[in-house]
Amino acid sequence: MAAIAGIGVLILIALLVLSALVALFGGAFGSRKLANLGFIVFCVGGATLAIASLAAILASLLANGLGGINLAVFTQDTPAVGSSGGLRNAIIGSIAMCLMGMIIAVVVGILAGTWLAEYSGRSRWTAAYGSVVRFVNDVLLSAPSILVGLFIYEVVVLYVVHHFSGFAGAISLALLAVPVVTRTTEDVLRLQSKQLRESGVALGAPLWITIKDILWKAASGGMITGALLAFARISGETAPLLFTSLGNQLSTVHLPIYREGGRWLFDPSLGLNQPTASLPKVIFDYALSAYDDWRRLAWVGALLIAIAVLGINILVRVLSAEPKRS
Amino acid sequence: MNGPMSSETTAPDTFESFTEAVPDAKLEARGVDFFYGKSQALYDVNIGFQRHAVTALIGPSGCGKSTLLRALNRIYALYPGQRAAGEILLDGENTLERGVDLGQLRAKVGMVFQQPTPFPMSIYDNVAFGVRLYEKLSKADLDQRVEESLRRAALWTEVKDKLQLSGLGLSGGQQQRLCVARGVAVRPEVLLLDEPASALDPISTAKLEETIVELKSDITIVIVTHNLQQAARISDNAAFMYLGRLIEFAKTDRLFDNPRARRTADYITGRFG
Amino acid sequence: MTAVPADPPATGRPSRRAVSRGSTFDPIFGFLCGAAATLLLATLTGVMISLAIGGWPAFAKFGLGFFTSTRWNPSADIAGGEFYGGAGPIVGTLITALVALVLSLPIAVGVAVFLTEFCPRTLRRPIGIAVELLAGVPSIVYGMWGLFVFAPLFSQVVETPLAYWTPPPFLGKGFADFWNNAVIGDLVPNGSGIFAASIILAIMILPFMAATLRELFLTVPPKVRESAYGVGCTPLEVVMSVTIPYVRRSAIGAVMLGLGRALGETMAVTFVIGNAHNFPKGLFSGGSTIASTIANEFAEATTPLHTSALIALGFVLFVITFAVLAIARTLLNAQRQA
Repeated sequence: MAAIAGIGVLILIALLVLSALVALFGGAFGSRKLANLGFIVFCVGGATLAIASLAAILASLLANGLGGINLAVFTQDTPAVGSSGGLRNAIIGSIAMCLMGMIIAVVVGILAGTWLAEYSGRSRWTAAYGSVVRFVNDVLLSAPSILVGLFIYEVVVLYVVHHFSGFAGAISLALLAVPVVTRTTEDVLRLQSKQLRESGVALGAPLWITIKDILWKAASGGMITGALLAFARISGETAPLLFTSLGNQLSTVHLPIYREGGRWLFDPSLGLNQPTASLPKVIFDYALSAYDDWRRLAWVGALLIAIAVLGINILVRVLSAEPKRS
Repeated sequence: MNGPMSSETTAPDTFESFTEAVPDAKLEARGVDFFYGKSQALYDVNIGFQRHAVTALIGPSGCGKSTLLRALNRIYALYPGQRAAGEILLDGENTLERGVDLGQLRAKVGMVFQQPTPFPMSIYDNVAFGVRLYEKLSKADLDQRVEESLRRAALWTEVKDKLQLSGLGLSGGQQQRLCVARGVAVRPEVLLLDEPASALDPISTAKLEETIVELKSDITIVIVTHNLQQAARISDNAAFMYLGRLIEFAKTDRLFDNPRARRTADYITGRFG
Repeated sequence: MTAVPADPPATGRPSRRAVSRGSTFDPIFGFLCGAAATLLLATLTGVMISLAIGGWPAFAKFGLGFFTSTRWNPSADIAGGEFYGGAGPIVGTLITALVALVLSLPIAVGVAVFLTEFCPRTLRRPIGIAVELLAGVPSIVYGMWGLFVFAPLFSQVVETPLAYWTPPPFLGKGFADFWNNAVIGDLVPNGSGIFAASIILAIMILPFMAATLRELFLTVPPKVRESAYGVGCTPLEVVMSVTIPYVRRSAIGAVMLGLGRALGETMAVTFVIGNAHNFPKGLFSGGSTIASTIANEFAEATTPLHTSALIALGFVLFVITFAVLAIARTLLNAQRQA
C-alpha cells in the first residue's frame, strides 16, 4: 500500500521533470503552445504534490496518533521503560512554558512595536536606530531557534538559575515569539489613521493614554492575530527546549497555591524553577527510542501538537475574516 | 491688531493685505510664523478670533489655513520638526510659550477633523472619554453630560437607545457629529474644525452646520473650509489666506460682497483656487 | 481687546486639575517602549557574543583545523585524543540546505503560479489556506513523519534499487566514478542520509516559499499582466517575462529566507540525516548538520571542550544564517520601499 503510494509519487515527480523540460525547451522547437502546456502541467502537478504531502502528513498523524489517544494520555505522567503512562506532565509543562513565554513576549513585543510605529519617527537619530531595530527584528524572525536555546543556556542556565529549568525554557520561547508580536504590532499600528492619533491628543489626552486606550484598542484585532501566530509558532518549538528546560518524568508544574502531602503550599514559581517536561522534547526522546509504547506516545504527542497549531492557525483565519463579511 | 503687514521674514513679492480688528477676541494670533522643518508655511499671520462667533478660514489648498488651525491648539507638537513662532493669545495668555500644559490647552481648545474619527469603543464611552480624563463625575453627572453633549451635536435622538453600541457602527454623518459631541463634552472654550463636512453628504452637512451655529452661543469656533457657500452660510468673520499669508480678514458679509484685496476677489469669484 | 469678559456661567467650565496625573507618565511610557525595542537589539547581540565566548576555547585550541578537519572525537581514549573538527557538520549544513532549495524552489514557483494563474476560483482560497497551514506545521512533525513514514518508503522505493544499480558502461568511466563517489557514497539503504534529510527539508520549506511567492505575485498590478496577455502571450511567457521579473528582487529575498530556514532547521533534519560526523561521502551517505549535531550531543557533552566545540559550531551557523537573512531582508525591504 505504502509502496504503491511511493511509486505514485515517483511517477508524479517524473511527470514534473518531464513537463518542466517541455516548458523550458518546447519553445526552442517552435511550439509555444506545447511549452505552455508543459508549464500548466508542471504547475498543477506541483500543487498536487504539495497538497498530497500535507494530506500524507496529516493522514499518518491521524493513523498513528488517533488510536493512542485515551484518558491516560491526559491523566498519567510519562512512563518509565516497560510501564504504561501518558503525557500529562509534558502537556502541562508545554502549556505553562508557552503561556509564560507569551506573557513576556506580548509585553515586550507590543511595547517594542509601539516604539517602532509611534516613537521612532521623532528625529533623524531615532529613525536610524529604528531601522536598525526593525532589521534586527526581521533577522530574529527567522533566526535558527536552536541558537536562541544555546544563548539562554549560556546566560540563564549557567549563570542565573544554575540548572535546567522551566523558566529558561519559557524565556527562550519568549525570545522566539517577541519578533512576531513586534512585527505585527508595528504593522497594524501603522495602519491606523494619523487623524485618529491626533483626535485623542486633541481632546487633551496625554500621548500614552491615546496610544493605550485608542490606538491599541483600534489595532487590537491585528495584535491578537499576531500573538496567536506567535503562540502557534512556539508551541511546536523543540530545539530551544533541549538544553533549557530539559525534561522531567514528573509533573512538577503547579498553581501558585497547591496541595501536596495533605498540606496547602504557596509557591509563586509555578514549579518552573526546576527541569520541566514539554511535549516536543518528549516526542523527540520517545520517537528515537526502541520501545513501541514510547513511539506510540510520540505519535500521540505529535498529533496533539499538530491539532493545537493548526487549530490556532484556523482560529486566526476565522477571526481575521470576520470584519470583512460585515 | 491690524499692524503693518511687514514681511521682513521672507516674501520676495509683496502681498497687499487687509485685516480688520475684531471687537472681542477670545483667541488671537500675533506675528505667527510656522515651519515644517526648514520650509516655512505661515508668514507673520495676525488675526483675532471673536468670542462666541464663527470664524471661517478660506483659501486654495496649501495656503496655510489648516496649518494655522493646527497651531492654535499646538497639535503640531506631536511632530518634532514642526514649530510655530510669534504669539497666540488665549484670553491674553501666550499658548506658544514653553511650559504651557498642552493637555490643558487642548482641553480648552478642542478640534474636529476632516475624516470622522470615532474611537473604537461605545458611543457613550466616546463622548465620556475626554470628560473622564479631566473630571471625576458621578455616574449620574456623567450620564447627564453625555446626553447634553449628544443633544448639542443633534445626535441624541438618533443614538439614545444604542449608547452602548460601538461608535464605528454609525453612518459617516453621525460619526462626525459624534466627534463634535466628544469635543463639546469636555466643555471647551474654543472649537477648531478642519474641513469637518468635506467627507459628508449634503443632508449630513446641513445638520452639522446647524450644530455649529448652535454651538457658538458659548463656544468660540474656527472652521477651515474649502466650501465658500458654507463659509458664507455659517461664519460671522472670514479670513482669506494665500501662500501662507493672511490676505484679508473681515466680517463675512463684507468679505464676500465687497472684497478689498484683488486676490480675495479673484478667489471668491472662482477665478483661481 | 484688554477686557476679557467671562464666559457665560451656564456651562460651568470645569476646573481641570485631574489631567496632570497623565502627562507626567508620557516620558516613562516612551522610555519603556524604547527599552523594549532595545531588548531586541540586545538579544541578537547577546546571541552573537555568548556564542563567540562559549565557542572561543574550541576555536583557540583547534584554530583553522576546526573548519578543515573532519575528525570529531569526543573521547580522549581513542588514538589522537579529544579532537573536534567541524567540517563534516558545516558542509552537511550547506549541502542539505542547498539541495533542499534546489528541490523545492521550482515546485514552489509552480504552486504559486498555479494559485495565481490557473487555479479555479472556488479552489483558490482553500488551497491557498492549505499551503499556509502546511507552512505552520511544527518541524518536529515533519521530522517524525520523515523517520517513520518517509524513510522506510524511501529505502524501499529509491535507495534499495539504487544500491543494486550500476551505471551501464556506455555512460563511461567518468560517470561511473562520479556516481559511485559523489552520489552513492557509502549508501546504506535505511532511508536516512543527506539526501533524505534534504527532501524532508524541501517539503518543510516548500509551503513557506510557495506562500511567500504567491503573495509577491499578487503584488503585480493586474493591468501589467493583462497587457501582456493582450499582446498574445501564453501564461508561461507572462510568468517568465512579466510576473517574475516584476518581483525579482523580493523573490530572491523570499528564496534566501527559505534558505535561512533550511540552514538552521533542527528537528526536521535530526531524525533522518543519519548523524555521522565524518565528511559526507556522497549524496546518499549519512551525515550531520550543525543543528543536528548540537541537538544530539549538547545535553550529553562530556567535557568542557566538547561543549565549547558545539557552541563554536553554533557560532558558525549564526554567521552563515545571519549573512543569508541579512541579504534576504535587504532585498525584501528594497522592494517594499520601491
